[in-house]
Amino acid sequence: MNPWRVIFRREFRAYFSTPLAAVFLVVFLFMAGVFSFSMGGLFERGQADMRSFFQFVPWLFLFLAPALSMRLWAEERRLGTIEILTTLPISLWDTVVGKFLAAWSFSLVALALTVPLWITVSWLGDPDQGVIAAGYIASAMVAGIFLAIGGFVSALTKNQVIAFVVTIVACFLVLLSGFPLVLNFFRGWVSPAAVDAIASVSVLTHFNSLMRGVVEFRDVVYFVSGIFALMVATTFVVDWRKSA
Amino acid sequence: MRELISANNLHKSFAELRAVNGVSLRVNAGEVVGFLGPNGAGKTTTMRMLTGFHDPSSGSVSLNGFSLADDPIPARQTFGYLPEGAPAYPDMTVREYLQFIASARGIARREIASKIDDVAGRVRLRGVLDQVIETLSKGFKRRVGIAQAIIHDPPILIMDEPTDGLDPNQKHEVRELIRTMGSTKAIVLSTHILEEVEAVCTRAVVIAAGRIVFDGTPEEFESKAPASITRNRMDYVFRQLTAPAAEVAL
Repeated sequence: MNPWRVIFRREFRAYFSTPLAAVFLVVFLFMAGVFSFSMGGLFERGQADMRSFFQFVPWLFLFLAPALSMRLWAEERRLGTIEILTTLPISLWDTVVGKFLAAWSFSLVALALTVPLWITVSWLGDPDQGVIAAGYIASAMVAGIFLAIGGFVSALTKNQVIAFVVTIVACFLVLLSGFPLVLNFFRGWVSPAAVDAIASVSVLTHFNSLMRGVVEFRDVVYFVSGIFALMVATTFVVDWRKSA
Repeated sequence: MRELISANNLHKSFAELRAVNGVSLRVNAGEVVGFLGPNGAGKTTTMRMLTGFHDPSSGSVSLNGFSLADDPIPARQTFGYLPEGAPAYPDMTVREYLQFIASARGIARREIASKIDDVAGRVRLRGVLDQVIETLSKGFKRRVGIAQAIIHDPPILIMDEPTDGLDPNQKHEVRELIRTMGSTKAIVLSTHILEEVEAVCTRAVVIAAGRIVFDGTPEEFESKAPASITRNRMDYVFRQLTAPAAEVAL
């Protein structure tokens, strides 16, 4: 078996060996329902599409992805199992990849369980299936980038609560970095070019552009390269922390 | 005999603290090395460098001819490691945990079940294989840690306090197991119990304040005590060797 798959299998099953999986899925689906039907006004809008659901997905994952990622490394450090894990004949990169993919796959399971919503709108009307597919891709990408941030933060601490809270704050800043709330904060003391750079890392901007149904190359590159860079950074942090 | 562990001039500093200060150690197949020293002397740090968990600040480690720094994956294939406190994933059953370790160690899937059965027989875990690790007693947890370290039958074994927290019967069993394995493997184990060195080790290495202060057979160790000392001779030698160094460190 590929080394990363060994890690992936253990991590993925670990989610289901605690009540976390059940709690996460129930909360996710409940909130997805509340957002789509009550706040999103799925019926009132009179349009058979899933916009009312997708537009809330980043906010849903803002709180739920950190719950999945907080244990990734903090738990290993607290238990001391990191000493076994990092001395197994598996490269640290494979371990980081396996752990990330496990958390990501779990969030994809949660997304997949919203399929009844898709069946409902497809039955009620004739939605643009391409837009819905793009919406799912965008949602998966947001989950991925949040989990990659969370994995990185989790590698920095052995306290899961700290990992959870710091991840929410970090994800919130990245989510909204294109918006005045964040940009105004930087505007006074960094160069305009830096402000533009900060604006361009906004998850929400790229998410919205994907969600509109146009799967643009640069948006996909943004998410994939962001996830990759965070995983590389996580590898460095784990390696550094275990020797310090 | 084949040299399996070769550690050269290991140093390790943590911020202000110099934990290990020039430790060199060569261990051949067939040797069981008892690693002794007061708390904080650098035993665990040295063992962590031998397994590559800590990168040394300077110095190098070769395991069965593979450099830990240059060939980490083949080097890590050569040993089994029981870290301090025998950590394991509390939510997994013993069987699931050993399956994970076995596949991570590259054991072929069709062989895993028989390897688990074999190791469970050797460390007496058969009765609890399907129990969740969290619910096990301290003695069983320690044996799970030993099982994961020996499941792939490695030529090198590094064990940090393998008998800590075990009752006298369990201690006896673990020592018997180590003695049996010691005829072919290179084993390094740390302990606070001096009789344990006498019982299972072919060699005693004493570390104090980050340096090796004694390296020889348990008999040589004991013979360092003057004839006037008749009881607890090893304790006496241990104190003589490590107390001054500990004062220096303070």
